[in-house]
Amino acid sequence: MAIDVIKPGLLTTIQDLGRPGYFHLGIPMGGAMDRLALRAANLLVGNPEDAAGLEAVFMGPELEFTTDATVAVTGADLPVLLDGEEQPGWSAIPVRAGQRLGFGYLRAGARAYVAVSGGIATPPHLGSRSTYAIGALGGVQGRAIAAGDRLPLGPGNAARPGLTVPEALRRLPASPCELRVLPGLYWHRITGDSQRAFFEDEWKVALEADRMGYRFRGGRPLEFVPRRQPFGAGSDPSNITDACYPYGSIQVPGGTEPIVLHRDAVSGGGYFMIGTVISADMDLIGQLQPHMPVRFRQVGMEEALAARRERAALMARIRAALA
Amino acid sequence: MTRYSFGGDEHIFVEIDEEMSLDAFFKSLSITKAVREAQIRGVTEICPANASFQVRFDPDVIAPDAMLAELKALESAAESAPQRLTTRIIEVPVFYRDPWTHETLMRFRERHQDPSGTDLDYAARVNGLPDADAFIERHHSAPWFVSMVGFVAGLPFLYQLVERERQLEVPKYLRPRTDTPKQTVGHGGCFGCIYSVRGAGGYQMFGITPMPIYDPTQTVSYLRDFMVLFNPGDIVRWRPIGREEHDHIAAEIEAGRWAPRMAKVDFDLAQWSADIDGTNARLMEALNGN
Repeated sequence: MAIDVIKPGLLTTIQDLGRPGYFHLGIPMGGAMDRLALRAANLLVGNPEDAAGLEAVFMGPELEFTTDATVAVTGADLPVLLDGEEQPGWSAIPVRAGQRLGFGYLRAGARAYVAVSGGIATPPHLGSRSTYAIGALGGVQGRAIAAGDRLPLGPGNAARPGLTVPEALRRLPASPCELRVLPGLYWHRITGDSQRAFFEDEWKVALEADRMGYRFRGGRPLEFVPRRQPFGAGSDPSNITDACYPYGSIQVPGGTEPIVLHRDAVSGGGYFMIGTVISADMDLIGQLQPHMPVRFRQVGMEEALAARRERAALMARIRAALA
Repeated sequence: MTRYSFGGDEHIFVEIDEEMSLDAFFKSLSITKAVREAQIRGVTEICPANASFQVRFDPDVIAPDAMLAELKALESAAESAPQRLTTRIIEVPVFYRDPWTHETLMRFRERHQDPSGTDLDYAARVNGLPDADAFIERHHSAPWFVSMVGFVAGLPFLYQLVERERQLEVPKYLRPRTDTPKQTVGHGGCFGCIYSVRGAGGYQMFGITPMPIYDPTQTVSYLRDFMVLFNPGDIVRWRPIGREEHDHIAAEIEAGRWAPRMAKVDFDLAQWSADIDGTNARLMEALNGN
């Protein structure tokens, strides 16, 4: 009852829905960057939504099954190959012991989620199997999967081959991608002109885009409202007395390149933040490739909560379709 | 003046003060304690920081405005609470001017304000002290509060228990390093830190401790119960050691025979303010019985 890793892919990690509760000690929640995609993949193979699967970024792994199982691949449009033959994405695929699961070249999105019936059963740490590589926590000995690893599976269950998530319920970012932002935190530190420019400009995803955060380039640099730097904050106008960082918060070191923190976020530091990407749009960030154009759109709390409800309704429709 | 701001639809960020001070830190600590004790439904994370804090909540369980109202009510209650704390003082051995941070600081010299000397030489000069020895003396002669744990897993930010005029302040590197040895004792702005894991960093490097403070494998004897040593509100006393003792402690930890000295202490901010050096001396002496 296991999967053998033949090739690991680029950076494939075990992820579930994460380990909230330890951010005050610097340990981020982690978990799938595209949570909806992982939930859907798990439902397709008959797992609880929070079971551990694989998150593959840009490039898929090659896996061999030691047991019969059902798999599903969701998230990025990454062609799924079973013994070289293409299989549908967002669908339950029966696999026999000895077969190999591989992947073609990425067509859209950034992260594919591989769920296997029974779920990956590596030992949980602080209540989660998610890999937090900086802290060497979770996953396989705290790291991404590697060739030669044998990933244990939990007891299989009643997966129903042929199950599929209707196309209308699958989500990948449009281009340009719109990310909705609730301004706040240290928003008052930049001038009115810069506040407008941030939302007017088109940004592009930089190469520095990973589980910790996504960096953006191409917009105008932000101008600061002059002040005498407070004791304890650094000397740069973008510095603050080291504070906590919310998930999704947008820090702009030096006022030049915004960074949106994601699931493996550093929990705090000395850079000011101008606002936070709303919870409904966090999954989208996980599917952005470098160089993709992005626009930030200003919203208020009401709109953020409405978007959150919409997102929950989408997940409810997926559940209903797979019930 | 306390400032509240929503961090998206799942966080409330509360800035007690723009400036770092023990008053702001104490207030952050006491409100976050009150929030924890209030057991508000929907709260998922409570994170105290140096002069601010953050609460993460589930807006499907508690509406953002209701969450905000809860925090404001707890702030008023915390305002009148006595600034007292029962906590631990933990002794951390430091090998100042060790060869490992020295090798690293030489490797990244072009990113430093003063490539001609070491981080300690620079720290001494910008603080108006005659030499690195004098800086080291100041560094370990008074205890430090763990004013925040974070950035990465288990990393303590430390704020020295001295009045503002005596605070050691050192700018961070001009450009961050891509490498810092694990357990480096560092300093940036008015904050000290211990790097819990190897990795990038921008703080000046003064030395290293042989003592792990984060152990995800939970094999280090004193980290078996929990993988992170420090909590906000802990007090740290540095004890300077040399190479021989460093290697001895490292070997003893490896053999499961060493644990840091700790003692339970009471800290009263008003009492401390009235007699800083006397209170600090008593705090450090609390370890002598252990």
